[in-house]
Amino acid sequence: MHRVAITGIGIISCLGQDPGTVGEALRSGRSGVVIDEERVRLGFRSPLTAMIRDFDASLLSRKQRKSMPEFAVWAYAATSSALEMAKLDEQAVQNDQTGLLFGCDSSCIAAVEQVDALMRGGETKAIGSGQIFRSMTSTVTMNLNTLLGTRGACWSLSSACSSGGHAVGQAADLIRFGRQQRMICGGAQEINWQSMCSFDGLGAFSLRLADPAAASRPFDAERDGLVPGGGAAALVLERYDLAQQRGATILGEVIGYGFSSDGEQLSVPSREGLGRAMTMALEDSGLAAADIDYLCAHATSTPAGDAAEADNIRRIFGDKTPPVSSLKAMTGHELWMSGASQVVYTTIMAQQGFIAPNRNFCAPCSETAGLNIVRETIPQAPRHVLCNSAGFGGTNAALIIAYG
Amino acid sequence: MTEQDVIELIDSSLAEEFELNREEMTPEANIYEDLGLDSLDTVDMVIVLEAAFKFKIREEEAVRGIRTLGDIHRFVLEKMAESS
Repeated sequence: MHRVAITGIGIISCLGQDPGTVGEALRSGRSGVVIDEERVRLGFRSPLTAMIRDFDASLLSRKQRKSMPEFAVWAYAATSSALEMAKLDEQAVQNDQTGLLFGCDSSCIAAVEQVDALMRGGETKAIGSGQIFRSMTSTVTMNLNTLLGTRGACWSLSSACSSGGHAVGQAADLIRFGRQQRMICGGAQEINWQSMCSFDGLGAFSLRLADPAAASRPFDAERDGLVPGGGAAALVLERYDLAQQRGATILGEVIGYGFSSDGEQLSVPSREGLGRAMTMALEDSGLAAADIDYLCAHATSTPAGDAAEADNIRRIFGDKTPPVSSLKAMTGHELWMSGASQVVYTTIMAQQGFIAPNRNFCAPCSETAGLNIVRETIPQAPRHVLCNSAGFGGTNAALIIAYG
Repeated sequence: MTEQDVIELIDSSLAEEFELNREEMTPEANIYEDLGLDSLDTVDMVIVLEAAFKFKIREEEAVRGIRTLGDIHRFVLEKMAESS
């Protein structure tokens, strides 16, 4: 099996649109959560959301954007940054050994807009040429493929909120097994209200409206629900030996990937499913649990979900857990993107020499007790990071990344 | 609306929709080879022309036969003449 290097990262998030800005936000514990007044008017139970502001979409032409929802343009921007960091130009990726694999589980806004256009125009040709390509869950990889000219693997992966985690893990596997030499992978998530209204209807979102920055509080005793967010995260993975040969800067190495499913309930995670994914990732990496020096948790700030993850973590690590934080306290839950953005965020931490805190954590409840939660920024780069992600239906991903 | 007005409205509408360079928009310009449109763009071209001139385009065969910007000018002018 081949080793897998991370040689580029890119991020469009509520914390910023470049690694420097995002790193500053992570280090200082700055939140990207706001109140969306439109959701107030529309009758949302919770108008809290992370928001991306001042994104310049003009990096693509109007014609290029016609087939892309906003989050696919974010994915293109993140990918361009990642390729630039990896010092790979157009020609370097236009071959059948370079592939694309992104996590994405909806393209809701396009489905809504195409129906609106039909109702308004009274005929299907009024919908226009772009909506079919915007409305598919493979819209990110489909569009990136035509924009970048890659000729290898090209598909998207849907597994709810672990989509991004599995995308990175399976992209790494394609390289490890010798099927591809280079993979551009990640996750992307829309932020519009249309895509979040049914989720809001479940009552899963925080109602801490008086202080939006304090609303998402993973593992805290006072947590009352998640805050939705989104954006796009991209990574360039390369066969380690080839990256070394071309003199690339190696930011980290994907050394373990584990997956599992609960086989239990739709919306309540099991007490041991995510743990089985963590165990598989540890065995895959050859590390012992004690070697992990930072656990980037999935925890979304829901009462049941965080309790289940805490249980899963204790089952693997016992009484002595590594430092644990959930970055969703700052970013909200980035859903399809989150498993991939965690890898980007931890790579930024490794590059900039710190471990980000679990903002808003004051005290655990009985169910989240026993974890070594990072309350204040640790001024030291992580070396062996475990990133968890889990999704509706009980689909779990665990990734282990080595830095330094 | 004079013939020149019609041509100007066609050209400005298409230039905006497809981000075209007006200097390249001569009547002889092939919309595919010279202006860079593709078959998907003709779907949106119909929507743009319908919105600009407030008529419905049902002539699918005729649209498929369009090759140059001049063909579009003639197509629209004929439709305008029919409806007046």
